[in-house]
Amino acid sequence: MRSFAYDRPATMDRAVALLSGGQAMPLAGGMTLLPTMKLRLSAPEALVDLSSVPELKGISSDGKTLTIGAMTRHIDVARAPEVTKAIPGLARLAGRIGDPQVRNRGTLGGSLANNDPAADYPAAALGLGATLITSKREIAADDFFRGMFETALEPGELLTAVRFPIPRAAGYAKFPHPASRFALVGVFVARFADGVRVAVTGAGPGVFRCPPLEARLAEDFVPEAVAGYAADPKTLNSDIHAEAAFRAHLIGVMARRAVAAALQPTAA
Amino acid sequence: MKISFKLNGKPVEVDIEPSLLLSELLRDKLDLTGTHVGCDTSQCGACVIHLDDESVKSCTILAVSVDGRSVTTVEGLASGEGVDGLHPMQRAFHENHGLQCGFCTPGMLMSAIDFAKRHPKPTEQEVRQWLEGNICRCTGYQNIVRSVLAGAAAMHAAS
Ligand SMILES: Cc1cc2nc3c(=O)[nH]c(=O)nc-3n(C[C@H](O)[C@H](O)[C@H](O)COP(=O)(O)OP(=O)(O)OC[C@H]3O[C@@H](n4cnc5c(N)ncnc54)[C@H](O)[C@@H]3O)c2cc1C
Ligand code: FES
Ligand code: FES
Repeated sequence: MRSFAYDRPATMDRAVALLSGGQAMPLAGGMTLLPTMKLRLSAPEALVDLSSVPELKGISSDGKTLTIGAMTRHIDVARAPEVTKAIPGLARLAGRIGDPQVRNRGTLGGSLANNDPAADYPAAALGLGATLITSKREIAADDFFRGMFETALEPGELLTAVRFPIPRAAGYAKFPHPASRFALVGVFVARFADGVRVAVTGAGPGVFRCPPLEARLAEDFVPEAVAGYAADPKTLNSDIHAEAAFRAHLIGVMARRAVAAALQPTAA
Repeated sequence: MKISFKLNGKPVEVDIEPSLLLSELLRDKLDLTGTHVGCDTSQCGACVIHLDDESVKSCTILAVSVDGRSVTTVEGLASGEGVDGLHPMQRAFHENHGLQCGFCTPGMLMSAIDFAKRHPKPTEQEVRQWLEGNICRCTGYQNIVRSVLAGAAAMHAAS
């Protein structure tokens, strides 16, 4: 690893000030950033460790929305009663990211800022139509994700929290890569009073919504409504793990399972 | 950078570069080579230690970020000499032949103890799921799973 300066601010203001030049990078759980620094894919001049900023942690619900701080770890989202009560599908998603040691370090904000095309949280944020709150503004999930590892975040901009609207029902299903547990394909479905949102991760160059499935499920929110849906493999990924045609098929299968999970939120 | 933290119950103070990993601090500077480095890419779990009683991969944590916190390594488990002094989880691995070459064992133990604390009555399925982050090239896992179940039972019987 190249050498760098390190700071661990104790307040949000200080963290934002340290990052404002755009040269320093935020360090969250480090589960992605440190491996990329070891590989020299990334060589920041300075790291701002966010772990001691109290305002960035925590979970609260007002009955309509669930707000989760950027530095809240996967394990805390998976276990929090506020989450399991309001959006059980989100708690289950968090509980299946990577392995226990990854969940003990990795954070919501780190995952969303990183926007790995096979990550789980981007599907939840897009599927639930979340609002991403930063040190400068609020960004709708529909405008936040910009393709592979790209987001609307500007240099020096800190993701501070995420506001998830509480749906009537929501579920997530993924076909995990057997070694890393990243999604070969993951589908998040959420049903609201005014419609259904479906977000797909792992299949393409970045997370995306699936309007044909949203239309079918808006009509009838049952697993059978997905039957016979065939995604177009042309825009999907082909790699050593899975061909595009297989991923296209998996979108339908995972969507069906996600709807079934949404309808049975207490089942494992 | 000067940091101080608790290591296996005792206070330590070190002056280190921010780029030093916790696994490097433990092994290369503090001579605690019980924590193994298998992959150095956060995949294998050989380097798992406890940070404030939770299992984490020490190859993917900056040493400076444990300032003010508490770290436990495999060296901190036993309470005395010989088999009798072993931690109940260590003894369970010993009795159930939960290792062959032993390379993965420190990480397995640290991960298993974190698991057992959170699961008073674990099932085999839960053990297997939990061990997703710990890779063993020798045993085929059967005896490891048996050991973790026995160790968890012993830990809860003792407490
Ligand atoms: C073995 C392994 C398995 C994994 N499996 C999965 C999986 O199954 N599913 C999955 O979704 N993920 C998986 N991950 C990734 C994991 O979830 C990471 O925790 C996550 O991608 C990054 O979060 P982090 O908190 O560790 O962020 P870091 O690694 O600290 O940071 C990642 C990036 O985000 C930036 N950043 C962090 N926080 C902020 C913020 N608040 N504002 C702005 N920028 C910020 C950093 O500067 C950096 O560029 C896995 C990782 C490993 C090592
Ligand atoms: S050495 Fe840390 S996970 Fe393999
Ligand atoms: S006993 Fe050899 S790697 Fe597990």
